Amino acid sequence: MNNLIILPIVIPLLMGIILIFFNKQIKVQKWLSAIASLASIIVSIVIVHTVHVEGIQTLEIGNWAPPYGVVLVADMYASLLVLTTAIIGFTSLLFAFSSTTIEREKFYFYPAVQFLLLGVTGAFLTGDIFNLFVFFEVMLMSSYMLIVLGSSKNQLRESLKYILVNVISSALFVIAVAYLYALTGTLNMADLSVRIAEMGQSGLLTVIAILFLVIFGLKGAIFPLYFWLPGSYQAPPAVVTALFGALLTKVGVYSITRVFTLIFYHEPSFTHEILAWLAALTIIFGVIGAIAYWDIKKIVIYNIITAVGVILFGVAANTQNAIEGSVYYLVHDMIIKGALFFLVGAIIAVTGTSNLRKFSGLIASHPFLGWMLFIASLSLAGIPPLSGFVGKLKIIQGGFEAGEYTISFVVLLSSLLVLYSVMKIFIHGFWGEPNKEAITQTSPKGLLLPIALLLALSVAYGFGVEFLSPYISQAADTLLDPSIYIQAVLKE
Amino acid sequence: MEVLMSIVVGVLFSAAVYLMLSKSLLRIIIGTGLLSHGAHLLILTMGGLKKGAAPLLGEHAEVYVDPLPQALILTAIVISFGVTSFFLVLAYRSYQELGTDDMDQLRGNDQYE
Repeated sequence: MNNLIILPIVIPLLMGIILIFFNKQIKVQKWLSAIASLASIIVSIVIVHTVHVEGIQTLEIGNWAPPYGVVLVADMYASLLVLTTAIIGFTSLLFAFSSTTIEREKFYFYPAVQFLLLGVTGAFLTGDIFNLFVFFEVMLMSSYMLIVLGSSKNQLRESLKYILVNVISSALFVIAVAYLYALTGTLNMADLSVRIAEMGQSGLLTVIAILFLVIFGLKGAIFPLYFWLPGSYQAPPAVVTALFGALLTKVGVYSITRVFTLIFYHEPSFTHEILAWLAALTIIFGVIGAIAYWDIKKIVIYNIITAVGVILFGVAANTQNAIEGSVYYLVHDMIIKGALFFLVGAIIAVTGTSNLRKFSGLIASHPFLGWMLFIASLSLAGIPPLSGFVGKLKIIQGGFEAGEYTISFVVLLSSLLVLYSVMKIFIHGFWGEPNKEAITQTSPKGLLLPIALLLALSVAYGFGVEFLSPYISQAADTLLDPSIYIQAVLKE
Repeated sequence: MEVLMSIVVGVLFSAAVYLMLSKSLLRIIIGTGLLSHGAHLLILTMGGLKKGAAPLLGEHAEVYVDPLPQALILTAIVISFGVTSFFLVLAYRSYQELGTDDMDQLRGNDQYE
């Protein structure tokens, strides 16, 4: 029992409610939400430390002993993601302070961000599969609001599709939970794992596992189910896309990882094989999209899809190295996707367009922006010693150990193409003759700080691997051995 | 009784899919409503439709009704209620802004390419 772990959920909840009452006082909103996010970061650091020293922390809500009540579980994997979420939340707010228009701020932009963070954090921390659904809905409701806020024609049209896709996947989630409850009689994830281990993963349960893969795949954008993502993520402003790209898709990835390492891990030759091939196709289609477009926002959006594929391949390979790699890569990707979308937002603020053909030679007037994009690109592609390298290395190493040679090569090749796709922004947008008419706006000073913060973090993450590895391997150990998680929750 | 309920759920699902495949936005929203009704009935059916006493500590009955599916349905109903009302408002707003509720005309992305 540790009341600490509910704090990352309670802080944004209370702050979101309080902020609603200050909707006309923008200054107060900014200060309050920044303070709340800082507090979340501090609390998350304490949680990571506590989990590292004392093992998995649980909180039985209302003192209902599991498996009867809802239980919050902070294992290392969840805690690391909660910490990264808090950091992304804080930097997004910093970015929003100088990029969001006053109309949006007056119409509950900051409360919506807090509720989004609440939903994401809750989804990471919960140990109950129906509660996971509830947090998904909290997160989705705030994302509906953020995506449509501003009501431009493009936003309205894309939000209709975004909401429809998510409503269908929520209905499927409820259906899957109903089937699972009928077969096992429990909803607590640890208890589900125990029961399924006892009764064996029958064909029906495998079907449910695939149903969960479809549901989380829709949110996490894996191969056949990513069709909605490029359009929807492009519509809102860059800061909202950064929040979505860094957090929402990652919740889908987290849920797939959790479900397939804790509950449905008995038939890897079927479920994990499907996951591995879907991951490979996700990578291929993501890379094709990233290369094909000349719109900087689209390029980065397609890179989200590629990264999801890489992380899930690590999960599917399911060896110590591969899982460690996917934990590394997941945290790295959240940070770097945040940074890249901020960069895209800053470039759009400078040039007024996201079309790469319409501007060039930015490096002359905005050298700092240019070199930050350069570092972010290298880091995204996984050039050593930046942060993407270790994750990819371990995933590929794990892939070879698991005998998945073809897909490992796909991952390797994709890195090159990913590098090309982002370098294209650098080469065409920053080199060449400065296009004077395009660059009209003044220097985006306030926008550079959050980017610099995230990039510094990303570089530190790359150089500090030695320091981080005990945390990451602790996360991987729990994922690989479900009994650690089960013991911590059910205390048998 | 379970079989009958399953058939009802199936009918609801197929009606929902049919509606969601149509072009009119309003029909699509009604379709999502039916879909969530189907899902809620499915939870109820999957929990087992047995008869029994209310699940209270004071009762001393042979069989109790399983309270969990009802709690789940209550939660899911509230959520789908919220989402549907949001969706309806959004549909109205986009009809004002875009001047159409035909999904065929809402496709694509004319801003780029």
